[in-house]
Amino acid sequence: MSAVLQVEGLRKAFGGVQAVADVSFAVDAGELLALIGPNGAGKSTCFNMLNGQLAPDNGVVRLGGRDIVGLSPRAIWRLGVGRTFQITATFSSLSVRENIQMALYSHAGRLRALFARFGAALVPEADALLEQVGMLDQATRPCGVLAYGDLKRVELAMALANQPRLLLMDEPTAGMAPRERVALMELTARLARARGIAVLFTEHDMDVVFGQADRIVVLDRGVLIAGGTPEEVRTNEAVRAVYLGSAH
Amino acid sequence: MSFASILIQLLNGLAAASSLFLVSAGLSLIFGVTRIVNFAHGSLYMLGLYIAYSLIEMLGRTPLGFWGGVVLAALAVGLVGIVIETAVLRRIYRAPELFQLLATFAIVLVIKDAALFAWGPEDLVGPRAPGLGGAVEILGKRIPVYDLLLIAIGPLVLAIMHLLLRRTRWGALVRAATQDREMVGALGVDQAKLFTSVFFVGAVLAGLGGALQIPREPANLDLDLSVIADAFVVTVVGGLGSLGGALLAAVLIGVAKAFCIGLGFSKLTLVAEFVIMGVVLVARPYGLLGKPQAVARTAGEAPPPLSPPRWQFPVGWIAVLAVIPLLTDQYVSVVLIDIACFALFAVSLHFIMGPAGMVSFGHAAYFGLGAYAGAVLFKKAGLPMEAALLLAPFCAGLFAVVYGWFCVRLSGVYLAMLTLAFAQISWSIVFQWDALTGGSNGMVGIWPAAWLADKGVYYYVALGLCGAGIAVLWRVLFSPFGYVLRAGRDSPLRAEAIGIDVRGFQWAAFVLAGTCAGLAGAVFAFSKGSISPSVVSIGQSTDGLVMVLLGGVDTLVGPVVGAAVFTWLRDALARETDFWRAGLGLVILLIVLLFPQGLVGGLKALYARWRAA
Repeated sequence: MSAVLQVEGLRKAFGGVQAVADVSFAVDAGELLALIGPNGAGKSTCFNMLNGQLAPDNGVVRLGGRDIVGLSPRAIWRLGVGRTFQITATFSSLSVRENIQMALYSHAGRLRALFARFGAALVPEADALLEQVGMLDQATRPCGVLAYGDLKRVELAMALANQPRLLLMDEPTAGMAPRERVALMELTARLARARGIAVLFTEHDMDVVFGQADRIVVLDRGVLIAGGTPEEVRTNEAVRAVYLGSAH
Repeated sequence: MSFASILIQLLNGLAAASSLFLVSAGLSLIFGVTRIVNFAHGSLYMLGLYIAYSLIEMLGRTPLGFWGGVVLAALAVGLVGIVIETAVLRRIYRAPELFQLLATFAIVLVIKDAALFAWGPEDLVGPRAPGLGGAVEILGKRIPVYDLLLIAIGPLVLAIMHLLLRRTRWGALVRAATQDREMVGALGVDQAKLFTSVFFVGAVLAGLGGALQIPREPANLDLDLSVIADAFVVTVVGGLGSLGGALLAAVLIGVAKAFCIGLGFSKLTLVAEFVIMGVVLVARPYGLLGKPQAVARTAGEAPPPLSPPRWQFPVGWIAVLAVIPLLTDQYVSVVLIDIACFALFAVSLHFIMGPAGMVSFGHAAYFGLGAYAGAVLFKKAGLPMEAALLLAPFCAGLFAVVYGWFCVRLSGVYLAMLTLAFAQISWSIVFQWDALTGGSNGMVGIWPAAWLADKGVYYYVALGLCGAGIAVLWRVLFSPFGYVLRAGRDSPLRAEAIGIDVRGFQWAAFVLAGTCAGLAGAVFAFSKGSISPSVVSIGQSTDGLVMVLLGGVDTLVGPVVGAAVFTWLRDALARETDFWRAGLGLVILLIVLLFPQGLVGGLKALYARWRAA
């Protein structure tokens, strides 16, 4: 079976700085792949090239075999990619439920209706998603007043509304309490495995990374230095050198 | 066309550019530090001219009297700036940006009437500069010495401002605040003092710009809005916050205008500067020398959710409005027709500036083009009145298709300025195309068909059409389409990430709002029987903004209430006094200071507090 996401020879330079140099990896359906590395390793640059925000200098990004380099973020969504942001982005004047409905309407291609009542459709579907991420009890609150950890959950539900093949999650648990972090990624892992969604995420919290990821790839100064199961990465000399310093 | 006469026009253009630069530099400086778009900056320029006129009359037409008068006038305008800042703006720095804008509109009205009261309605022609009244001969053409002096003053002031900003502590604070206002506040700098001083300097520059024009242009009461429009264009073309950019843009526009005159296309002068602006903004969205705007962190408060109208509410009002003509005299119907037109105008403006987050300074373009389209289809194309009335909105909508395509490429203040530019282009076309539009005289004899001739009947038609327009816009706001607009305003990043083409929706919203404004304009034109270019003017655009902001931009019925209150108030004041503008301005200021969320927003808050008590 071919991978859902396949990245080959991705490169990006800013001025003279090679932010990402010749990075290749793949994510399979139902698999959680963690992309880790110290600050400035090129994780976010890498991410932004996958989701259409940034054009790579070189390389191929295949989604289900199709090259998506050069497509806009909204075209990439249409191909079945859901995203959560490092700094949450939700519609703050809309309620939690309306945020999810918006993603559902977009997925269904029903946004152009001029005279239909927005609130009249897709409510049960939105509530089902909210139930899954544990936000149903806050469905009517505006997103502008939510706690940060709750916004992360809303983002996850919006991404799931697209019935994605691939979830791209940039720092999905940043700003959450430690227990919440593990809970959110356990939930993600459960859903991903049940529905065969490929998940690529970056993360600073090593408990989350080593506890939840099926495989890990490690970036340092734009170069992929290691990849494998959590156990392999944990014992990898190059990784230990990057994180702990070469003296160890 | 000889080289010499081109040179003359070039020098003429550069001389005009100097004053334009001074006003724009002040505007830009104030915007950079306080984030306030000071609509009253043109009024300060106008005051500079008037005050200099009076001072020179008082001090005598000697070199000392002239230059003393100019400098004192600039300083006096600076004091006016301090008064504006401390008495009004300082109280509302925490209010939403748009509300500050409303306050500066009110100040425009007050200053206009203060000038009318002090100097009367006649144009005042000032003296020539003593000793500089002569001319030098260049290539056989006579160039006024004073113009040459003006040409030098622009770069000189730029140099002085540059030194002030680069070499003084005050300048360092101003530059820091322009980049990051919150951080400067957090570092313990007294922001109130800084803002007041910046307002003083900005006002002095505007006053100086006006005073220096004394020998070249008569003082008159229309300068405020025409100068502010020019200054907006210059600031935006140059890049907000960039003084060098302002000079570059002022020169570019001054020279372009001069060439239009020099080459015999004087009709193009009004259009020329706005075409330059359109081209620059689309190619360089932040102006020639500008940088992307700094993100204001404290602007984070999300607009409150909109609640849909309950059905009882409109039904009750329709019943009341339906019986009014039966119970009152015709005058009430006439005022109510006006209110209906302006209500639809305001609701259509609210549609794009509230939920869609695109503030327009030039919404009168669509109102006015709808009015003119109706008149032209009826008088020139010979269509039946009913057909003209119903086709006119779509003509306005066509303009919105073109203008909107450019506008949705920008956001924030730049977007607002571009809408103003398009409105001014429309105004110039209407004003100058005598054969089609009657030029400055406008068009007369635009009367409804016989069955509508009675005011009572037309009242129901006007109410029906405008009510239908409002109903459509409100319905759309609560459709998926309307929610997309709000989503695009709240987070364009997220909207794109869930597959939404934000620009496309904004464009469609622009066209829908433009079409509805056009309907309002057409109904208005046939109710009056005549129209003049003022329906496309900046004044008409600002009236719309005032209505929306007065009622409250975060509420649904706010624009309707704002339109009713504004129209009624203007009418009532205009019958009582010649100085109705000042009265209106003072009422608006009072509302701004007492109800920072607009009338409807304020009343809602009061009601909530009463319920809680």
